[in-house]
Amino acid sequence: MIRFENIVKTYGETEILKGINLEIKDNELVVLIGPSGCGKTTSLKMINRLIEPTSGKIYINGQDISQIDPIQLRRNIGYVIQQIGLLPHMTVEQNIELVPLLKNWPKKKRIERAKELMHLVGMPPKEYMNRYPKELSGGQQQRIGVARALAADPDIILMDEPFSALDPITRSQLQEELFELQQKLQKTIVFVTHDMDEALKLGDRICIMKDGKVVQFDTPEKILKNPANEFVENFIGKKRMWIQPEHVLARDIMITNPIKALPSRTLAQAIEIMSNSGVDSILVVNKENQLLGIVTAEDIRANKNNAKRIEEIYTRDVFTVKPDDSILDVLKLMAQKNIGYVPVVNENNLLKGLITRSALVNYLGANYAE
Amino acid sequence: MLVEYINFMKDRADDILILTTQHIQLSVMALIIAIAIGVPLGILIAKFPSTSSFVIGLANAVQAIPSLALLGFLVPFLGIGSTPSMVMIIVYSLLPIIKNTYTGLVNVDKAILEAGKGMGMTEIQLMRMVQLPLALPFIMAGIRIAAVTAVGFTTLAALIGAGGLGQLIFRGISMVNNQMILAGAIPAMILALLIDYILLLVEKIVTPKGIK
Repeated sequence: MIRFENIVKTYGETEILKGINLEIKDNELVVLIGPSGCGKTTSLKMINRLIEPTSGKIYINGQDISQIDPIQLRRNIGYVIQQIGLLPHMTVEQNIELVPLLKNWPKKKRIERAKELMHLVGMPPKEYMNRYPKELSGGQQQRIGVARALAADPDIILMDEPFSALDPITRSQLQEELFELQQKLQKTIVFVTHDMDEALKLGDRICIMKDGKVVQFDTPEKILKNPANEFVENFIGKKRMWIQPEHVLARDIMITNPIKALPSRTLAQAIEIMSNSGVDSILVVNKENQLLGIVTAEDIRANKNNAKRIEEIYTRDVFTVKPDDSILDVLKLMAQKNIGYVPVVNENNLLKGLITRSALVNYLGANYAE
Repeated sequence: MLVEYINFMKDRADDILILTTQHIQLSVMALIIAIAIGVPLGILIAKFPSTSSFVIGLANAVQAIPSLALLGFLVPFLGIGSTPSMVMIIVYSLLPIIKNTYTGLVNVDKAILEAGKGMGMTEIQLMRMVQLPLALPFIMAGIRIAAVTAVGFTTLAALIGAGGLGQLIFRGISMVNNQMILAGAIPAMILALLIDYILLLVEKIVTPKGIK
């Protein structure tokens, strides 16, 4: 467990951290996030004493770290920074073995450990052990960076924007890998980023910081559901809502002017309406706009010889959702009942809109594309 | 004219060989001492940046002293012969070594240093395992400049009886014998280029593969 107690950091006149109190539990991945200058990296670097607080204390497993020799402290904490963190004049193997070497492990054990870790991060030792960092791609370098941090099997790993210099595809791949790794290894990880997507993807808990203060420290779900203030709301952004589908409501995605008709319409009129609007079904409503049912082009074709009006043939038992139902309910209903459209009605059965498969795809597509 | 020169060289081959050996001994010894002083000094001022401007300034100032004046100044204290010559050569080759060592060390990427520090390296380990290897190309470049400087200044050593190829040059000047001047100057030039080339090879060998 890592505990920050009233951590203050001032550089001259400026207060970088204004009393940080944090508790990071064992085996959890905590993301520190905020705009640049919020103090997230400063906070991170205090954990391995690269930066000393002006006042306040940090405890690891109850022990005040200012009482621990910083050299020993750092050797027992993994540290991953941006690409440049690999030592360019050392081979991949030498880089990974660095902390074990500093801890005077015997050579054989170091080599075994390096190989083991390279397998773990998906880089065959035979091929990569003797390469230099510049001979690796950015993603590979960062995998080695992670392997190096794990080398001496520390309980705590600090990661300072480890993936920010990578291209988006590699980045999300490495995020995936880190997530899997963490499921396996269950380390205590403190991860600094400025990328909210990354924070939501990786964090067990997210600590949002601003101007040297913690604004909100909670699970991603709770932050998305109950942003502490406008700053958090803006920071997570409206578009994040799709990540938490229960926050997307039927009213957000429905078509508000579905094609509808009174039951007294003739079948010929119904066909005409459909072809004009380019749809293959019509919602049947009464004069008060209450939903009665639905009629499809197929229904009409099948009955064109024995019926005259919609009221004689339309389907009356229609599955509907409420405007405030979430997209999850809608998807569940569509999947269970194998239907392509769901009318949206309010508690008085008044027709509010229609959700179709294509509307769903459009909505999700638009949000993914952003 | 060329034939005459070659014959002249042939006639004095023994003499030239002895002087060249002396020249090499003097300049190489001085260079080794200059490295032994300059590199640690460079490391020291890189560690204590507040002293860097003073030390580099001093080295610059010393470099600016006319070499003949320095030589004359040293004689009353150190007498004549190889000791004062060596001191002079060292003084002049120090600056590039100090300067390049310092520049090489302070230019090592801060992020790399922090990575090393963050992994639990002590200051000494950081210097030995990270800073020095990465600064090596700079340091070697400084040493090469110093070597060429040293070979050049060694010719002055003849003025105070330390021998070397300068002896032929000064004798040639006083006898107005161009061939004799060239008999000293051309081997000295070749020597300078040769040392530079050898050090270039050394630089290539010692530069860590990953930063080539």
